[in-house]
Amino acid sequence: MSPTIETQDLGIGYPGHPVGRGINVAISPGEVVCLLGPNGCGKTTLFKTMLGLLDAQEGEVWLDGAPLTSLPRNEVAKRIAYVPQAHTAHFPYRVIDMVLMGRTAHLGTFATPGPHDHERANDALDTLGITDLAEAEYTRISGGQRQLALVARALAQDTPTLVMDEPTASLDFGNQVLVLEQIMKLSGTGLSIVLSTHNPDHAFACANSVAILNEGAICAHGAPEKVITPKQLHTLYGVEVSIEKLRDGQTVCAPSFAH
Amino acid sequence: MGMQMKADDATLNGRRLAAMPFIAGLVILVVLLALGAAMIGAYPVTLGTLMRVLTGTGVSDATAETVLLQVRLPRVAAALIVGAALAGAGAVYQGLFRNPLVSPDILGVSTGAGLGAVLGIFLSMPLAFVQLFAFIGGLATVGIVYLIASSVIGREPVLVLVLAGVVVGSLAGAMISLLKVLADPYDQLPAITFWLLGSLASTRPQDVLGVIPAVVVGLVPLVLMRWRINVLSLGDEEARALGVEAGRVRLVVVAAATLMTASVVAISGVIGWVGLVIPHIARMIVGPNFDRLLPASMLLGAGYLLLVDTCARTMAQVETPLGILTAILGAPFFLWLLARGREGWN
Repeated sequence: MSPTIETQDLGIGYPGHPVGRGINVAISPGEVVCLLGPNGCGKTTLFKTMLGLLDAQEGEVWLDGAPLTSLPRNEVAKRIAYVPQAHTAHFPYRVIDMVLMGRTAHLGTFATPGPHDHERANDALDTLGITDLAEAEYTRISGGQRQLALVARALAQDTPTLVMDEPTASLDFGNQVLVLEQIMKLSGTGLSIVLSTHNPDHAFACANSVAILNEGAICAHGAPEKVITPKQLHTLYGVEVSIEKLRDGQTVCAPSFAH
Repeated sequence: MGMQMKADDATLNGRRLAAMPFIAGLVILVVLLALGAAMIGAYPVTLGTLMRVLTGTGVSDATAETVLLQVRLPRVAAALIVGAALAGAGAVYQGLFRNPLVSPDILGVSTGAGLGAVLGIFLSMPLAFVQLFAFIGGLATVGIVYLIASSVIGREPVLVLVLAGVVVGSLAGAMISLLKVLADPYDQLPAITFWLLGSLASTRPQDVLGVIPAVVVGLVPLVLMRWRINVLSLGDEEARALGVEAGRVRLVVVAAATLMTASVVAISGVIGWVGLVIPHIARMIVGPNFDRLLPASMLLGAGYLLLVDTCARTMAQVETPLGILTAILGAPFFLWLLARGREGWN
């Protein structure tokens, strides 16, 4: 099967201000790829370039074998859904309206969501267990609930691939677990998911493969237990880390604090 | 999602479900206001006479017929249309620029129309040409703002557009001041001042007939693209990620809202605050979904301006310019809104 997203010698950044180059990543159908890297390494820039929200500075992005640049926005939005970091909206849309906006790519230019779109939006809320938030205002729910609402919107978009920019950032401990569980559940339904995170534990928890982005280049790519090593984490973050397997098989990273 | 959330949901449900009855109620209210406004004035008319004139059945009172058909009904219609168009365009711009403090003037349409009208008065043009100049001035100003903004690459497009609007608007304002200095202080200057304060006192039947097609042409794309306007209010990047060609939709929407504003400003002069305050109130009542916000804003705007205009012509011997009344009513109300909190926006 051809990769859902493939980047070919991709250069990312802005004219006169390159952020990264020579990036080759491929996401297979049903795969969960976790992107790890220190602050400012270009994770968000890479995601936005993959989605065509920023122009590629060199190289090319392919979606399902078609060059991204050849696709109009609504065709891109039928292939990839983007979950931005949980944000505050400017207007108090109801959660159901926010989720319905995920249906836009499937609507004609002059159309508004119909019964079928409402059904899809309600299904998405149901999948994420936030049906009772449907009528609540997006601006008045918690950060974790907003993140879940944005994931629901991406699900309603009905794409084979989700790109999530730090879905667990700014969430409390419980909501982080909640979102990760949802990611695992979604990947079980055959979706390809690309997500970025600052927490290597999350990569161990939900990813099939890990790509490390450092100083604008992918410096390692492979299975989590191969890629995430104490040495690699020291290179990335400059701290000593020990990686332990818990009794239930879960892997965790524990920093060794300097005394 | 505990008790607190549930309680909030309940109140929200109550508020939002009321949107459709609220809009239906507004329609009835606006019709009643229009009938009332047509009856009162310097020459009062009974409901019976009004109905006979409206239905075209014989009227014994010829004066009443002339007053209604030539003066009062055109003026009532103009107040409704101007109020609806300004409030509708305001709702569009507030969504588009993701800022509830935005009014239809943000891109300089009113100032540009003002400059056109002032130029027309300065050149002693007949009324029809003053209106045409105002209309062209409004459209041209926004056109220039858009051209400037789209030639700036690599910056936040919405911000550039707003800043270009401020700059070009103040330039047009300076030109207006220059023309005021040069104008004949006894003949032209009062006309200029009066125009810049807004009034419907001289509305003729043909003004109303002329403005309706332009407002409709502007309104149709806004109604058709109402869902996309919602999506665009999330910001360019999210709108594009959701499949909307943000730049293209914004161009169409700005063009449509500008056409609506420029055409009504051409017959009414500059009337501030309606496009700022009314959409804000509408959003507090029916929520930000453009599907409901547009009709609610337009109906509220129509009723509000009709009420203000009726006061303007009946309160005193000398008419108070509309722009002054809307500012006197709008400014304190808006301060109250601000003090009340962030209801309706964030």
